[in-house]
Amino acid sequence: MEKEADTARRRFLARATGAIAGMVVAPGVILQQVARAKPADEPVTSAQRWGMLIDTNKCQKGCDACVQGCVKENNIRSHYGPATDSQWIRKVEVRDRNSGHSFSLPMMCQHCAHPPCADVCPTGASFRRADGIVLVDRHICIGCRYCMMACPYKARSFVHEDIGPEEHVPWVPRGKGTVEACTLCVQRVDRDGANAVPACAEACAADGHDAFVFGDLNDPNSRISQELAKHGATEIRADLGLDLGIRYRGI
Amino acid sequence: MTTTSILSHALRRWVWAGLLALLVPGLAAAATPLPKIPKPRAKFSATQDCVQPIPEMRRNHMKYILHHRDETMHQGIRTTRYSLKACINCHVQKDPKTGEYPSIETKDHFCNSCHSYAAVHIDCFQCHSTRPVEYKGYHPLARR
Amino acid sequence: MKKVNYRELVEIGRSYWGFLAIVGFFILLGLGAAYYMESNGHHVTGMSNQVVWGTPHVFAVFLIVAASGILNVASIGSVFRKGPYKPLARMSGLFAIALLVGGLAVLVLDLGRPDRLIVAMTHYNFKSIFAWNIFLYTGFMVIVAIYLWTMMDPVVNRFKAYAGFFAFLWRLILTTGTGLIFGFLISRDAYGTAIMAPMFIASSFSFGMAIFLLALFAIMRSTGRPLGDVLVRRLKNVLGIFIGGAFYFVVAYHLMNLYATSHHDVERFILLDGGVYTRIFWIGQILLGTFVPLAMLYHPTLGRSRGAIATASVLVVLGGLAQMYVIIIGGQVFPIPLFRGMEVSSSFFDGVVAHYAPSLPEVLLGFSGMALAVALSVVAMRVLRFVPESLADEVVDPHAAAAVAAETAGEEETGAAEAA
Repeated sequence: MEKEADTARRRFLARATGAIAGMVVAPGVILQQVARAKPADEPVTSAQRWGMLIDTNKCQKGCDACVQGCVKENNIRSHYGPATDSQWIRKVEVRDRNSGHSFSLPMMCQHCAHPPCADVCPTGASFRRADGIVLVDRHICIGCRYCMMACPYKARSFVHEDIGPEEHVPWVPRGKGTVEACTLCVQRVDRDGANAVPACAEACAADGHDAFVFGDLNDPNSRISQELAKHGATEIRADLGLDLGIRYRGI
Repeated sequence: MTTTSILSHALRRWVWAGLLALLVPGLAAAATPLPKIPKPRAKFSATQDCVQPIPEMRRNHMKYILHHRDETMHQGIRTTRYSLKACINCHVQKDPKTGEYPSIETKDHFCNSCHSYAAVHIDCFQCHSTRPVEYKGYHPLARR
Repeated sequence: MKKVNYRELVEIGRSYWGFLAIVGFFILLGLGAAYYMESNGHHVTGMSNQVVWGTPHVFAVFLIVAASGILNVASIGSVFRKGPYKPLARMSGLFAIALLVGGLAVLVLDLGRPDRLIVAMTHYNFKSIFAWNIFLYTGFMVIVAIYLWTMMDPVVNRFKAYAGFFAFLWRLILTTGTGLIFGFLISRDAYGTAIMAPMFIASSFSFGMAIFLLALFAIMRSTGRPLGDVLVRRLKNVLGIFIGGAFYFVVAYHLMNLYATSHHDVERFILLDGGVYTRIFWIGQILLGTFVPLAMLYHPTLGRSRGAIATASVLVVLGGLAQMYVIIIGGQVFPIPLFRGMEVSSSFFDGVVAHYAPSLPEVLLGFSGMALAVALSVVAMRVLRFVPESLADEVVDPHAAAAVAAETAGEEETGAAEAA
């Protein structure tokens, strides 16, 4: 009984301290980050390199909050089943055959520094923005799908069906016959800069797991850079030497 | 046939051709009513109706949109003056009777009102939204 | 060698138009299929986010590879100075262009946005092998057209040797480019090796020769123009060598994968437990596409029968389609190695063999590419002088003709002596 009260008190104290610390620190942090958001009329530059760190230790098996967040943000609906539906982000369960050790992680466009999709694209529709975000310019995508052949992460989807006017949202133009993939929620990044939170990360945090850290890999003071410096992280298929924007911990 | 008769024949033919050229567009205009272009939500400024003078927009709107499209897509420039999204936000309004946005298939839609008249096919709306949709997805911390 | 006279295909009367109508019908079917696929979206095909290149690509890549290969007949005559092949050079060039157009048409009509072909012509990413290929393909058509011009117009005839050599060089580069579409892909275990370039070149030799033999038989037979055994025997022997050459590269490719432990899984899939892909590989590509035609072509009696040679050629074509199917579809259904040595699963078919079944529109589109190649050739041969009036032994190779005559006479003599 006494012990329970003790834990409750401790929890309260911890939260209160956290909240006070947050109230004290947050305005400064936010101001600083808001100040860093790019004005709308300026082009993105390579001063930033956006990326995400995903802690698979916090990622729950069977949880797909990030996927739901993405689907909601980008208004991706199911049409003719999983074989042809677009999946910008998916949960992958991995299990070691020998030890039985298993983990779960979200898989999406890894925003490579040297993206094979952009290399093979005949028209230059697949490209890497100066700030590291890999995108498809659907205005010049001819739907050849060579990028999908080239992507080592199976991160891309082809739009196999008409997307009707009722399904279009202004911030994510999508249409039949072109290839698409995770944009790192570029509409949020362009608006909020270092303060942005991609929809997957937002949903994960809202679900209480907080496995994602979004930020500027070029800024040594950003949270993502500091966590990477402290704990390190793994790139999936690092053997390919693609220098990924998405890093994982705990795999 | 003498030279003069050939000349006069040619002259007569040209006169007829000229008359026809004057007449046919007039007939066509009489047959097809001019498009009723839906009114925008607001003027761009006190002195200017649209983001450029209207004759300029009528002639060259696609150039502005195209230029802006590439800047936005490849450089992340997100100004609104020439963005398709801003065009739609201002020019596509709910029908006061039905309370619905007009369909792109109909002539009540700003873009289609003129494009169907001019018989110029556009594929913007195979991907882009035909109506204003408010973006609610920003992170609470970032909301301004 | 006697002077070779070329003549338009005037001998065939009503059946010419009938044939053209049938071929045209297949082209229309293909166009209809393409329209159906484009207006509905690719979900009506067997293709998916797992198998992004389906049956149309099998046909298209086969036709493009065969197009470069069929030009070899002309190259053997011009670059390698084999006299008996020279009368065939015009047809060889024509078929090369026709097959390439057929293959490209299929490729283009299978695009997600074929209406944006103009974009592919105006926006280039020069790091993309696909972009290189756009130039290699269009350049090939131009160069072979010039080559045909030097062959057919006495005014520019003296440039023939240069044009022929350049065309040969270009076709080698072109097939290299086609092979490297797959060779440059580091993402999938079945691809990502430079050997795919020479492998495609070797295969192109054999596909091209087989198609050429079939076309030659059909044309000479339907027009009633003579076709001597000397030429047929030379062509079928060369086909045999080409089949062997192509097989060599297939063996080398699989041996390499079998040696590299990281590629054992994909090899086990293709060679052992890949179900339909394993069957298509062993029965289609290796048995029917390689060993059976080899045996038929070099068999002492079958090797002399035109029926058997034609059958062997058909088998090489089918084997070629099988090979493309195994490479293109088999290479895609096998899962991408996200985490080697680990079991992987997801909602997106990670870690499992993807399902693919060709749909009717895809197959129709593929066939229409072949039909287009046939139609272009047949029309061109009707209006221009591509086909020699005679390919009889004494026209093609008088010395060999004399030798054959002597040999036959000798055989008859010994036969008579034995009987006595």
